[in-house]
Amino acid sequence: MNGRIHSVETMGTVDGPGMRMVVFLQGCPMRCAYCHNPDTWDVKGDSQLMSVEDLWQQFERNRQFYSNGGITVSGGEALMQIEFVTELFTYFRERNVHTCLDTSGICFDPHQEVAYRQLLAVTSLVILDIKDIDPEKHQWLTAQPIEPILNFARLTAEVNTPIWVRHVVVPGITDVKERHYRLGFFLGSLNNIQAVDCLPYHVMGVSKYKELGLDYRLEGVPAATKALATDASKTVVEGIKAYRRHWWIPIKTEHSMS
Amino acid sequence: MQNTAWQDFNTGVWDKAVDVRDFIQRNYNPYEGDDTFLAGPTERTTNLWNQVLKLYEEEREKGGMIDADTKIATHITAHAPGYIDKELETIVGLQTDKPLKRAMFPYGGLRTAKMALQEYGYEMDPETEEFFHLHRKTHNDGVFDVYTPEMRAARSAHLITGLPDAYSRGRIIGDYRRIALYGIDYLIEDKKKQFDTTMGDMTADLMRDREEIKDQIRSLKELKEMAASYGYDIGRPANDVKEAIQWLYFGYLGAIKEQNGAAMSIGRNSTFLDIYAERDLKNGTYTEEQIQEFVDHFIMKLRMVRFARIQEYNNLFTGDPVWTTESIGGMGTDGRTLVTKTAFRVLHTLTNLGPAPEPNLTVLWSPRMPIGFRRFCAKLSIASSSIQYENDELMRPNSGDDYAIACCVSPMRVGKEMQFFGARSNLAKCLLYAINGGVDEKIKKQVGPKYRPITSEYLDFDEVWEKYDDMMEWLAGVYVNALNIIHYMHDKYAYEKLEMALHDRKVTRWFATGIAGLSVVADSLSAIKFAKVKPIRDENGIAVDFEIEGDFPKYGNDDDRVDNLAALVVSTFMNKIRKHPTYRGSVHTMSLLTITSNVVYGNATGSTPDGRKAGVAFAPGANPMHGRDTHGAISSLASVAKMPWRDSADGISNTFSIVPDALGKSGETFVTLGDLDIDLDPSQLPNSNGNFACNEPNVPIDESK
Repeated sequence: MNGRIHSVETMGTVDGPGMRMVVFLQGCPMRCAYCHNPDTWDVKGDSQLMSVEDLWQQFERNRQFYSNGGITVSGGEALMQIEFVTELFTYFRERNVHTCLDTSGICFDPHQEVAYRQLLAVTSLVILDIKDIDPEKHQWLTAQPIEPILNFARLTAEVNTPIWVRHVVVPGITDVKERHYRLGFFLGSLNNIQAVDCLPYHVMGVSKYKELGLDYRLEGVPAATKALATDASKTVVEGIKAYRRHWWIPIKTEHSMS
Repeated sequence: MQNTAWQDFNTGVWDKAVDVRDFIQRNYNPYEGDDTFLAGPTERTTNLWNQVLKLYEEEREKGGMIDADTKIATHITAHAPGYIDKELETIVGLQTDKPLKRAMFPYGGLRTAKMALQEYGYEMDPETEEFFHLHRKTHNDGVFDVYTPEMRAARSAHLITGLPDAYSRGRIIGDYRRIALYGIDYLIEDKKKQFDTTMGDMTADLMRDREEIKDQIRSLKELKEMAASYGYDIGRPANDVKEAIQWLYFGYLGAIKEQNGAAMSIGRNSTFLDIYAERDLKNGTYTEEQIQEFVDHFIMKLRMVRFARIQEYNNLFTGDPVWTTESIGGMGTDGRTLVTKTAFRVLHTLTNLGPAPEPNLTVLWSPRMPIGFRRFCAKLSIASSSIQYENDELMRPNSGDDYAIACCVSPMRVGKEMQFFGARSNLAKCLLYAINGGVDEKIKKQVGPKYRPITSEYLDFDEVWEKYDDMMEWLAGVYVNALNIIHYMHDKYAYEKLEMALHDRKVTRWFATGIAGLSVVADSLSAIKFAKVKPIRDENGIAVDFEIEGDFPKYGNDDDRVDNLAALVVSTFMNKIRKHPTYRGSVHTMSLLTITSNVVYGNATGSTPDGRKAGVAFAPGANPMHGRDTHGAISSLASVAKMPWRDSADGISNTFSIVPDALGKSGETFVTLGDLDIDLDPSQLPNSNGNFACNEPNVPIDESK
């Protein structure tokens, strides 16, 4: 089947380990205030149809570049096209390629759990972007509830697909220590988390809003410093540690031995 | 005497005849470890470097030139010894008697030398000027005596540009290691023996050979004299690593006292020097700190090389580059790595002295080099952005394992091959000539042959290609013959005596042509073929602009439809170059290389059928046009990688910059939980194999190999 592709970045180095081909899918239900790719929101927006085979060909002829990396599907929201992503990952995994799903998790619906388990079975790594741990703030920031996202995170833990958690630190909006700590406290409950990556908010996407005739809700908010993001990472890790000190039950399970 | 200099060395071919590679192969120690052995700067180094930084500042304040010699036409022994701080310097020798003071090089062209002085507020000594006018013809005089009207026209229309016809051609690398290994006396004896082999019927060629060898011997003697003025006897071989660096540097210093070539590269010295360093460490002659100090002082000297250039030259190269290229690392043909501890030491100067564009430290990259070295390179690249990488895997099959890079991309077997630098012909302009029947679109004059122009409303690919082929045929002839004149005259009036004294008797000469505007041509042909291109003609029928209807594949997106057109242009033009005989039987070769001069070439070229407007810069080298490669760097590189190496073996460059953050996670904001210092049974923590991007730059460092 075909996917609706916004664009392909052939040298992705920050969306998963190693050097990766990053496929950006078109369409996203989230309306994050700081989104730097608002051109990927509209499901019917400017995009091209590409098949799994098309992407494989592009990947395969430059495969030597990706020997330590693999393929990442990002967006937009990749999970809006879950069938396509599943087919794509199955195809790549059969060919021994590391697959990474970069998602907000927003589309998760417990009624589709079978489909999600199928996808996670062929996903080497999930990069889960959690915008804010506070439900109200999350709703304000992204125009979507947080519950599906947390449920998706729990599912990845259940099937033990490794995740990296990403969080954007926006000055005056998400740079609240207490919430970073709470985020960590939640993440501490997940046995599959491998890394935390707090990113400093940047303003490079603002011009796109003007081009698209959209209002930019964070007008005037300055870019975050790297130090701010580093502090946030530390706080999240403190939260993880706190959870584990109190709640982690050191019983050996099959999952933890791999 | 040689017994102490060569003590503990394994013997072989090298101790019976000049053969530095053999010496290296029999004596070097590949180093597979990491960078932890390295030593920081000594107090002396820091002190000395601060003095140099002050001099830099003074140089800037004076408008770019600290001082200039206006009287002496420079040569090896032209100036008294110069020092930065005699007490602190462990490696000595400056181009003139004062640091950063520029010497005068009139042999390439008197007018250029005079202008270079004038532009910085100096006047050439009238006596010197008069002497040259009356008694000493220059390379530039010779060339312009012989140029045809057609060549002059092509030159002034910037169809062929950057020709070394008014300055020194450069791109020749003396094997400076020979001085350290053998000493000057031995090399002179060797040259005398060579001279004796040049007997026979006295043809012009043979007489030139004899005269050149005599000049070479004279320059070796001068070099010995120059070294003696600094208190060193380089008649004998070097006894230790300090002397080896000093001897080698004297050789390079002699070359840059004599020639202000467009690129004065220094060769491939780290593996050679490491043999001395290892011996000294073993014998307790010097410590790691001392050896690093010698290397730091050596590199400091290379950072201080200065030539007086004219503004036009600086514009062409966007600055004042010397291209003191030092080639580092790579693999040997026997499978052992050529990386040694001294490869680390040389690169470590970027930390000890801070980053700098010169010397042009060039790593001959192979994924088979030890991981410790590859990590070190990546780390330093991120910290300094000062390392150039070239593909050893690509060059080694042709050039063996003792080649060095001349300028920025041209591989030369050290001491065995040299190059006739040929600048570039502007193939984008040539395409416009094909459309306009040889009339230049900027100066509106008939420069090329008066072929029939294209008069149709829309450009037809087959018609354009046929006419382009004809125009390239003509251009190749003019170009090769202009270069023949240039190199004949350069040998005659500005021969590189010392550099050639450090070559074998028989050298392979590369006839290094080049092209500019490749991506403009590829995209133009693609637009003509896959979209509709309509020329906008002025009142004289000259196409001065183009309207494009529809989209077309653009070079730089890994799209064969256009990439193959680019490759076709390269091979077609190269085959036309090959049709013409070259001066001194040199071997035709070509480069796709413009690191900076693409700006100037673009400036001199009218609007092109790819939609590029008149005056807009070309992309550098084999790069796609800026902003047209929309699928990321891998696709862009994949397009470049399709250019045929066999038809551009002098080098293919792709200028590529990336901010360190885009190369991977920095490890500051990115925390892996395998590192969590929490009081739990470690086996309970999620499994982490440590294979994360956080501590690693994501350049392809493949640990499996």
